[in-house]
Amino acid sequence: MNRERKRKLESLTALFLSTLAAGFGLFWLVFILGDVLIHGIGALNLSLFMNDPTPAGVSGGGLRNAFMGQLLITFFATLIGVPIGVLGGTFLAEYARGTTISRVVSILADIMVSVPSIVIGTFVYAILVRPVGHFNGWAGSVALAIIMIPVVLRTTEDMLSLVPWTLREAAFALGAPYYKVIIQVVYRGAATGILTGILLSIARVAGETAPLLFTSFNNAFFSLDMNRPMASLTASIFQYAMGPYDDWHAQAWAASFVITLVVLAITILGKVIIKWRFK
Amino acid sequence: MTEKKEIEARELNFYYAGNVHALKQITMHAYKNSVTALIGPSGCGKTTLLRCFNRMHDLYPGNRYEGEIIFQERNILSNGTDLISLRSSIGMVFQKPTPFPMTIFDNIAYGLRLKGIKKRADLSERVEKAIRNAALWDEVKDKLNVSAYELSGGQQQRLVIARALAVEPEVLLFDEPTSALDPISTAKIEELIINLKSSVSIIIVTHNMQQAARISDRTGFMMLGELIEFGRTDKIFTTPTEKLTEEYITGRFG
Repeated sequence: MNRERKRKLESLTALFLSTLAAGFGLFWLVFILGDVLIHGIGALNLSLFMNDPTPAGVSGGGLRNAFMGQLLITFFATLIGVPIGVLGGTFLAEYARGTTISRVVSILADIMVSVPSIVIGTFVYAILVRPVGHFNGWAGSVALAIIMIPVVLRTTEDMLSLVPWTLREAAFALGAPYYKVIIQVVYRGAATGILTGILLSIARVAGETAPLLFTSFNNAFFSLDMNRPMASLTASIFQYAMGPYDDWHAQAWAASFVITLVVLAITILGKVIIKWRFK
Repeated sequence: MTEKKEIEARELNFYYAGNVHALKQITMHAYKNSVTALIGPSGCGKTTLLRCFNRMHDLYPGNRYEGEIIFQERNILSNGTDLISLRSSIGMVFQKPTPFPMTIFDNIAYGLRLKGIKKRADLSERVEKAIRNAALWDEVKDKLNVSAYELSGGQQQRLVIARALAVEPEVLLFDEPTSALDPISTAKIEELIINLKSSVSIIIVTHNMQQAARISDRTGFMMLGELIEFGRTDKIFTTPTEKLTEEYITGRFG
């Protein structure tokens, strides 16, 4: 029975190690979120959303410029990234289904998902900031869109592939041309899945900082001009956290708290939609 | 009374991508307003043959037909055939129910809208007629605007039959339409198929020999891509000419 004891020992060791690893990971996660929660809630006030920053060293003010900038940059990123991602995913799953090009693009998209976002930031800097001569909001949106595209593309491809082939055949059998089959039948079948992918990709880019530092940079003033440097929450957090003033630190905490909350909300919404669809 | 041929395969050969010879020299026909059954062991090519009649194989690259299929005095295998209009005159019902992810009404109206029928009153009238013809009206008349997925499997199968009927096809192809259904739903579908004879010609692939015997007028027995025997159903099931047919229907293999 020596062998049996050995097996039990191995099993217990594996259980212990994996529990330890999970506990370690969870500890830091809770620590970070807890820290953001405690510091963030304390610093949260209406002025943060209503006022623009005061000059450095002067207390008070808020981050209205950064909230607005974040919204604009993310909105246009979604506007650029989602159609390209959805159409590209459609091409891979429908028109190019089973071909070598489809597989190659799929793999490239998977690689793109894990490319460090700062690389994308420097790339967009080279094509949209250098030639223009100054940082601008559009460059920020394009950088975020480039990060979104592979995520949306792969989700769309996967979700379309889940729609049974017989459903397409049934539509063809009624005399429907391919584009109508896709738009009227396949998209409907995959709609919630694709929507979830879009939401998760928005959540993904909402927290990006590095690509924005190279593209939209930051702006201490309220601005709606996408052609000029534009404030964003993440870049402001970066700047304020590095700064010397206690006021800045408090506002950085509050902004961290808000952005974490928003990303969390979008992610949960995405999960809820998946559950509701596949219940 | 002489029967009129609805659709006829002449020396039809079919090759799947990679030159797999799936149908060999098939010559057969289906009569107007009758039920033609295709039986045979798994992999014999009966579904492959059925899918030639609405050129479903064209959806996948590399497939190739040889020979002719004559429908309305034209060879539908010729290059100039308009597949969209072909498929609206030759409908198809699949093994598993294939309702679209939309309401019951929109499911039935799908083919009609493809044909350009847009007026609500027009649509409503034709949708109702199709559902009545598929013997489903009493069960769904109060819930035309709910999702088709709310229906049972048997109801979904009658729904897709109604959807196919709505565009008033000449021929309906059934690919083992009851193999995923319970006996009661199966009985309803069989009764429906017999009743539909008056308005459409039917070709049905079935694994179930009793079903072929119950509902069909003519039966083709296929094996390994060849049509072994084709004739009146009562003759095939009582006094088949070929030894293979006899062995199959008496259950010696299959």
